[in-house]
Amino acid sequence: MTNPLVSLSHARKSFGKTEVLKDISLSVEQGQVVAIIGPSGGGKSTLLRCMTLLETLDGGSLSYGDLAVATDNGSGSVYGGKAVLSQAKTRFGLVFQNFNLFPHYTVLKNITDAPLSVQKRPKDQVMAQAHELLAKMGLEGKENMVPCELSGGQQQRVAIARALALNPDVLFFDEPTSALDPELTKGVLKVIRDLADEHMTMVIVTHEMSFARDVADHIIFMDGGYIVEEGPAEQVINNPQQERTKLFLANYGD
Amino acid sequence: MEFGTMMGLLLSGLQFTAIIFVITLVGALPLGVLVALGRMSKFKPLSLLVQFYISVMRGTPLMLQLMMWMFGPFYLFGASMGPDWKYFACCIGFILNYAAYFGEIYRSGIQSIPRGQYEAAEVLGYTRTQTFMKIILPQVFKRILPAMGNEVITLVKDTSLAFVLGIMEMFTQAKAIAAAQTSMMPYVIAGLIYWVFNFVVVMVLNRVEKRMNYYHD
Repeated sequence: MTNPLVSLSHARKSFGKTEVLKDISLSVEQGQVVAIIGPSGGGKSTLLRCMTLLETLDGGSLSYGDLAVATDNGSGSVYGGKAVLSQAKTRFGLVFQNFNLFPHYTVLKNITDAPLSVQKRPKDQVMAQAHELLAKMGLEGKENMVPCELSGGQQQRVAIARALALNPDVLFFDEPTSALDPELTKGVLKVIRDLADEHMTMVIVTHEMSFARDVADHIIFMDGGYIVEEGPAEQVINNPQQERTKLFLANYGD
Repeated sequence: MEFGTMMGLLLSGLQFTAIIFVITLVGALPLGVLVALGRMSKFKPLSLLVQFYISVMRGTPLMLQLMMWMFGPFYLFGASMGPDWKYFACCIGFILNYAAYFGEIYRSGIQSIPRGQYEAAEVLGYTRTQTFMKIILPQVFKRILPAMGNEVITLVKDTSLAFVLGIMEMFTQAKAIAAAQTSMMPYVIAGLIYWVFNFVVVMVLNRVEKRMNYYHD
């Protein structure tokens, strides 16, 4: 049996005295789409930030395939060296809630700069891939625009293309549509749906319940720093077992 | 004295004024980046040292600093520096003083860049140097232009402080002619030339600002 693409076990994280993640374990298999839902402040974003190395775990272990990024030596997490971390970063991409595009770069440069200057791939290959991605995102003809000339939905699609351009094994989304109005949300969700159809491995923190149900294979409901409930998407959304999950979904009612 | 002769003397002074101006910018603009980075360093001793440097540079008169560079070597070490030392003292004094101000302006710009920019760069695998040079600094440049404009305009006028070192820049010339001729005219004309100089500086700055307007955050 091969290693899961991402595997996190017994993760703990505190900010000061506030324990945000309390013993979280999860794994993501090749081609799987995992949605993480739950109330604000439940630790979803922190979980994603720990998996994308923007935060360091206090305890627990994290690995990407065969690459052990952090191991727990009993008293806390121990991270691998620089080489391990930079290798890990080539395996995942992250799409932020507020896009975080580089405002001074054109759409094309936002997408191509990291493949060129970080991965040092050949220019014609990177350019060809970028144009392919732009077409896929429905952004043909926007190459030479700068982010401020685009709508929020278009910006988020550029951000997705930027993440995909590095050919990650897994793509993380941190509430990708929370900064968008409903009209613009559709286009972004469609793009993510298309990626799911192509069996792109994804982990999506979202407040779009029906979207989560339709797109995800597996749903994790988080609250208070714990995974309260998880299981097949249909089951968690349509037939939740835990009281807290029921209450949360009732309040959403979509 | 004929008007033409006076203009000739003032314009020869303007050459020195312009040289001090350019050398200060060439030295202090990059040095300011190091000052800002040192000031923001997580290594406390370095940060404190740079804070002390900034405090001295901003807290004492530039004219006094120029005199210290001019005569310090002799009074401190008994070293006689030769007749050209005043030019070096002038450049050192101006560059170190302006680097302190520039450094603080850079710092204000660097700290105004949202954290998300660093995080995006980090996730994409940029090294820290790449992140700073490619992502942060170009955005900082746009944000600090108005504040830098202020400082550069001040520099044009501050070059006149070089008169205390006996450098024949424009103000020194104007003062000499005015004394010899008992006339206001040299001051008036020097003033006009400074004004035109700054007019050009502002025009250039506006043009750069316009060029940076192709995006906003």
